[in-house]
Amino acid sequence: MNPSQGTGDSTLAQFEHALAELGLARYELTLFVAGASALSARAVADVRALGDTYLSGRYRLAVVDVHRNPDLVKSRGVLASPTLVKDSPLPKRMLVGDLSDTRRVLVALDIEPVGDPAPESSGAVG
Amino acid sequence: MTAVISHPVPSAVSWVERPLLPKAPTGIAGLDEVTGGGLPRGRPTLVCGPAGCGKTLLGMEFLVRGITEYGEPGVFLAFEETAGDLAANVASLGFDLTRMQADGLLAVDHVNVVRADMDETGEWDLDGLFIRLGAAIDAVKARRVVLDTIENLFGAFSDAATVRSELRRLFGWLKERGVTAVVTGERGEGALTRHGIEEYVSDCVIVLDHRVIEQTSTRRLRILKYRGSLHGTNEYPFFIGEHGLSVLPITSLGLQHAVSEERVSTGNARLDGMLGGPGVFRGSSILVSGTAGTGKSTIVAQFCEAACARGERALYIAFEESAPQIIRNMASVGIDLARWMAAGLLQFHCVRPSVLGLEAHLLAMQTLVEDFQPSLVAMDPITNLIGAGQGIEVSAMLTREIDYLKGQGITAIFSGLSSGSELTSSDQQIASLIDTWLLVKAIDGNGERNRALYILKSRGMAHSNQVREFLITDDGIEFIDVYVGQHHVLTGSARASQEADERSKATALKQDIEQRQLNLERRRKSVEAQAAIMWREFQAEADIVERLRQQGSSAGEVREEERVEQGRLRSADADGTGAVEASAVD
Repeated sequence: MNPSQGTGDSTLAQFEHALAELGLARYELTLFVAGASALSARAVADVRALGDTYLSGRYRLAVVDVHRNPDLVKSRGVLASPTLVKDSPLPKRMLVGDLSDTRRVLVALDIEPVGDPAPESSGAVG
Repeated sequence: MTAVISHPVPSAVSWVERPLLPKAPTGIAGLDEVTGGGLPRGRPTLVCGPAGCGKTLLGMEFLVRGITEYGEPGVFLAFEETAGDLAANVASLGFDLTRMQADGLLAVDHVNVVRADMDETGEWDLDGLFIRLGAAIDAVKARRVVLDTIENLFGAFSDAATVRSELRRLFGWLKERGVTAVVTGERGEGALTRHGIEEYVSDCVIVLDHRVIEQTSTRRLRILKYRGSLHGTNEYPFFIGEHGLSVLPITSLGLQHAVSEERVSTGNARLDGMLGGPGVFRGSSILVSGTAGTGKSTIVAQFCEAACARGERALYIAFEESAPQIIRNMASVGIDLARWMAAGLLQFHCVRPSVLGLEAHLLAMQTLVEDFQPSLVAMDPITNLIGAGQGIEVSAMLTREIDYLKGQGITAIFSGLSSGSELTSSDQQIASLIDTWLLVKAIDGNGERNRALYILKSRGMAHSNQVREFLITDDGIEFIDVYVGQHHVLTGSARASQEADERSKATALKQDIEQRQLNLERRRKSVEAQAAIMWREFQAEADIVERLRQQGSSAGEVREEERVEQGRLRSADADGTGAVEASAVD
């Protein structure tokens, strides 16, 4: 185990550093919605509330109507609506759905580590 | 809903001519015949089958033919392959997807669905996909759409219920847009498709299959259902050839070949004569069938030679002999094939039937015909193909082949080995395809075996109903009349001896007649002699009678004179004086 010990330490260190940085990263989000449907409206409201609660001042959100930008839909590989695409920080993620499952959203966006109960945040968003 | 609900039961006779549903022809050889005109227009059709059965190709050809033959642009939504891969895969079939895309007639959209970087965080729908598809349809004004393979969506999303409801919505939406769609699906366990999407595509379902029977693989196609239309219900073999898919319906296809009135010689004047004079029709199909060693190949070779002698090209496809062997054997009976090979008019294609599947044989034959452009194609013997497939498939393949050759105006001659005097099932299967059927029979008897030929049928020409004995001589085939007696037909030495017998009988009769004539002549002479004698006797008698008559007449005169004289002498009684005088005198 000795030779690998050092490597393990350094990987761990990198990971922790990345985690620390994550708390400061700027989020680039794109939300694809289909017109003014109930699902779309709910998704837009959810993302805004979530951003304001957890990413205050360090996120940028673009809302794209799939009906008006079919080329962008194709180039970004979007199938479902609503879809929230996180371009930054890496890794890229695609969140499909109206974002009503806040816990999954937070996990997918790396805002909240897995396993954190965070009941208040859920209430805040809702 | 733009879909048209058709009238109830269509009549079997007119289903091809008068489609009750609007149909979109696929342009795929054979498929339009099987579906009675094509896929339901403006509706989705499900094409399902296991991996590698040709689903994607069927979809792609449907689009390409739509563009090239029917002026209907198309959209290919690929869930499995990228546009580049697709283009490369079908380039070998002569489909230039890149150019069609550049011309604005085709849109290929590769939908990459990767579950790994997707999270489901609530309710969603597939509007994104609809938009992409809608945009692609609008961009090329598409009339046809292929979704290949849409079931991949089930792999991308964990919420299968939503995928289902969205697929239902998608198919409804496609119908509303009025596009003719082909949806492919992977075959599932105990179901047509893995995720049961056949529930949503109910208008037309085509099942493809890829089976290996006796080490030969054959692709098959079956129309499982076609709502509102009659359709062929069989499993049809199909193959992927140089120009795409080709479905082989069992029955003959369009039957719309242009026919030729031209007759071509069989290479034997006597056989031509049996066929009403000038020989067989150009572009007809001829079968020479018979048992082993009856001279089928020789007749086939003679046909080839006759074609070459007319300056036409002949293609000889041999399934059991090599070209040098055929040339040597035919040279021994005076048919010089090597000469025509050297002249470039004859080409051999010798292949064991088991080397290739039937599809591949058909493909090879068509390629050869296209390259060589013959006016006659010989296949010797077709029965060997049965080794390469089931009987029904062989006849399907031959149907296709004969159709192909007829369409090109090429005369086809086949030889078929039959096991006995009875027609074999393979003969019967192809009987309806054949225009002229020559049967060669071995006639046993008297410790020898003779060959006889008769014409079982010959469409469109007066032909002999007589059995002809034929000999294979150093100068080819020679036909002889068989001896047809009152009770029996004789061939070979029996015929010869019967003929000798006939000859000696005839001689005897002739001699008899001569004798009788001689006798009659003698009799005539004797009759004449007798007549002469009798005539002379008659003459003699007549003379006597005449003499007597003359004597009789002069005697009468004398008596009169005497009576007058006596009366004068006895005048006393007459007037007295006289008598006195007379008495005085006395």
